[in-house]
Amino acid sequence: MTAAALQRTPLNGVHRASGAKMVDFGGWDMPVQYSGLIDEHNTVRNAVGVFDVSHMGEIEIRGPEAFRLVDYATTNAVSKLKDGQAHYSGLLYEHGGFVDDILVHKVSDRSYFLCVNASNQEKDFEHIRSLNTFDCEVEFAGPKYAQIAIQGPKALGVAQKLTDTELSGIKYYWFRDGVFAGVPARIARTGYTGEDGFEIYTAPEHAVGVWNAIMDAGKEAGIKPCGLGARNTLRLESKMALYGHEIGASISPLEADLAWIVKFDKGDFVGREALLKQREKGISRKLVGFEMRGRGIGRDSYEVLLGGNAAGWVTSGSPAPTLGKNIGLCYLPIGNAKPGERIEIVIRNQAVEAETVPTPFYKRPQ
Amino acid sequence: MNYPENFRYTKEHEWVSLEGGTATIGITFHAQSELGDIVYVDLPKVGATLETGKSFGSVESVKAVSDIYAPIAGEVTEINETLATAPEKLNEDPHGAAWLIKVKVESPADFNNLLSAADYQTYVGAES
Repeated sequence: MTAAALQRTPLNGVHRASGAKMVDFGGWDMPVQYSGLIDEHNTVRNAVGVFDVSHMGEIEIRGPEAFRLVDYATTNAVSKLKDGQAHYSGLLYEHGGFVDDILVHKVSDRSYFLCVNASNQEKDFEHIRSLNTFDCEVEFAGPKYAQIAIQGPKALGVAQKLTDTELSGIKYYWFRDGVFAGVPARIARTGYTGEDGFEIYTAPEHAVGVWNAIMDAGKEAGIKPCGLGARNTLRLESKMALYGHEIGASISPLEADLAWIVKFDKGDFVGREALLKQREKGISRKLVGFEMRGRGIGRDSYEVLLGGNAAGWVTSGSPAPTLGKNIGLCYLPIGNAKPGERIEIVIRNQAVEAETVPTPFYKRPQ
Repeated sequence: MNYPENFRYTKEHEWVSLEGGTATIGITFHAQSELGDIVYVDLPKVGATLETGKSFGSVESVKAVSDIYAPIAGEVTEINETLATAPEKLNEDPHGAAWLIKVKVESPADFNNLLSAADYQTYVGAES
């Protein structure tokens, strides 16, 4: 893809003007880092950071039968959602592999708001439309929204300065529509860092104003703009899946250690038959965390050895700034996909020792 | 950034300085800046032979691994041991204290085939 063809968020000019390092991220011109990846990572763990995640896609589903379409298209139990509540879910193919992993927000019985991965949004939209025998209105809403994430233990205090909505009254994975930094916004207590925080959805023309207001409001708290690099190490420490790494079209939620988002007893949904079969037969591989014991970093797609033989592959791997260790996630045969297994990871033609460990690697203090 | 005038550079972002028949080799300010926080540096052993254009080691940041290519042929006479325990020095002083290796050069004339500071700066400017 040439630079000219890259898509830009409404905050692109802000990133470039402040000297962020930009990369092509799935066809989007996005900031990978500002002050430095480790500095940004630590800022989110200890104070508060702000991320432009406007590249993320949104799909809106409306109509009297909206519940039925969303419940049929996704793996989690939509009936459990109250108005103003959200959950993590899977959008699957019939064969049980992932089309995408998504957040489903219930606005009302007749209106759902899906947040989906940037590079999957067109595919997701077509997929959901193909399932729409419920006469719903399915809207490709990405262009309608900018999204800004405020994350970290000080996120609540900073965000509260910018809205009259009582933010402490919004529980984790709930959201409310209100006014934020003087403009209409959807304020969701969600995130992809393992910290407390909010994701603010607003119209693209308001993005720069909201961003600047957040930066001002967070000055005392030591707020810093953060890039996708820190977002990745933060989500990995918290063992949150990344499409194209831990999950994809050939991987099922049972294999990805995401059985908790699959509600078999809720009734029919796309992929249910395949997953039931998988559950009956038993899965042959599963995602598990590891820590390097030898010197090196086991990275995405590196081979994993058990007793010297090829046994799996790394899906994500990185130094974990909060933990001071080199960690990662990998697929291993089901019998070995548990903590305490000695494994080796092939790093530039050398087998380096590692060990499987419990996950998440990091959990925020309550 | 100021790229020392007496160094020569490669398009793969290594620098070389030459004193007598010994070259000191490092990675450029631009290289460390592109990589971000550096966490590992893999270097050859003393006595290893470098072939021009071939990878002789790697530099690893939080987000990526990058090969280092030999800008000039020769035999490794010294490696910068401090980088094993303090790889972050490469982010702080890439043109100075965080040099990588010293090499007894086969053919000192090859030095002149590399990019001048001005040419490298132009190249980096055009790349970014």
